[in-house]
Amino acid sequence: MLDLQGYGPRLIEGAGVTVQLAVLSLLLALVLGLFTATAKMSRHWLPHGIATVYTTLIRGVPDLVLMMLLFYGGQIGVNAISDILYYSYDIDIYINFNAFAAGVLTIGFIFGAYMGETFRGAFMAVDNGQIEAGKAYGMSGSLVFRRIRFPQMMRHALPGLSNNWMVLLKTTALVSVIGLTDMVRVAAEASRATHEPFVFLIPVAVAYLLIASVSEWIFARLQKRYDIGFGEQ
Amino acid sequence: MPDISAWFNDLLSGNLIFTATTMGYYWTGLVTTTQLVFLSLVIGLVLAVPLAILRSSKRKWISLPVYLFTYVFRGTPLLVQLYIIYYGVVFFDGIQESVFWPIFREAFYPALIAFTLNTAAYTTEIFRGAIKATAKGEIEAARAYGMSQGLMMRRIIIPSAFRRALPAYGNEVIFMLHASAIASVVTLMDLTGAARYVYSRFYTPFEPFLFVALIYLCLTFAILFFFRFLEKKLLAHLKPQTP
Repeated sequence: MLDLQGYGPRLIEGAGVTVQLAVLSLLLALVLGLFTATAKMSRHWLPHGIATVYTTLIRGVPDLVLMMLLFYGGQIGVNAISDILYYSYDIDIYINFNAFAAGVLTIGFIFGAYMGETFRGAFMAVDNGQIEAGKAYGMSGSLVFRRIRFPQMMRHALPGLSNNWMVLLKTTALVSVIGLTDMVRVAAEASRATHEPFVFLIPVAVAYLLIASVSEWIFARLQKRYDIGFGEQ
Repeated sequence: MPDISAWFNDLLSGNLIFTATTMGYYWTGLVTTTQLVFLSLVIGLVLAVPLAILRSSKRKWISLPVYLFTYVFRGTPLLVQLYIIYYGVVFFDGIQESVFWPIFREAFYPALIAFTLNTAAYTTEIFRGAIKATAKGEIEAARAYGMSQGLMMRRIIIPSAFRRALPAYGNEVIFMLHASAIASVVTLMDLTGAARYVYSRFYTPFEPFLFVALIYLCLTFAILFFFRFLEKKLLAHLKPQTP
């Protein structure tokens, strides 16, 4: 039987951190992605420009470098802000730069760029006639978005979203490098301490495969739901 | 080259973080990153072509093992794969007594093995997709000419699949460049490793990480333009023709 030498509970805790981190970053990335896609489709040069710079920079630099930049730089930035608050306004607070929050922010920020590209393609795949029909019914812009554009866009976006999610899930492993105790970090520590890497790292690899399989199933169901009225009857 | 080095020292004078010494670290890092990425891509590509052919076989017992390989390597984080190989290499019987030990004691080869297997898995799936997408008519034409399975593979399917796979493969190359940053985790002095070293010595996160981010950005654009150029040359026949 698998002997985890007392690391079992910590590994399970680590798996919890991985899942929470992945889900929260996904939510942030989805929100950022929607904004980015909207900005990229804007006719104004300013939002378009900002979104283009954002997606280009993020996709041109390794995740780990961005993560370290935000993580190590973030602490200094936060310290600078609390310094200003103290010297200028006499407010004495110590803001602790939370590692988990930093992880969620960085991963969400990185994948917001990828989601933005996915959403943009999907929005453009929605037939313009649909939107015109919505307007002809007297729907407001936000109602058209909620009832017509978003549901139809999701059908086109889901394959890309599922792809991004799988990459995001694997990217969460990188937070172990910057000091968050996700399951990879626990397993790496245990491997070093016990000199039995396979006992800890292979179950972690299997856990990733398991999460991936479960999410594949969820995405398949979602796709089925958003495909209603399309596809083969 | 006294002039250039004098100019260089002038440029860096008065700067505490961008000194000739730290520039040396970045240069070593750039060389390591380039070596790692280039070697793993080349070996990965060599492995991926036969694997992709096996993977597109109609016989389950041939395609299934390859599918398992790609499933595992694409489904788990590269960092975990790297840890398994890096920490696990000592468990190969007799490796510590063999002539290879000085090589495998260094982090470079475990990292190279992990990166190679990872990119081989992704590239196999890219090629499989391209092989599957071969037009039926081309295969029928080859059969009508009496080509054997092997000849058809060599002359018809592989060349056209290569071209179809080009855009996706370009993405994989960029992905590999970015993924190589984790080599710094196993003590390798790649570009990211150099930045981490400079950061830990001067405790200034912005200069080193922004600097290497810029280098990565330049490398990414270089790869991007190279593949655009290749696509333009190799996929010229697919472009809409101007009358």
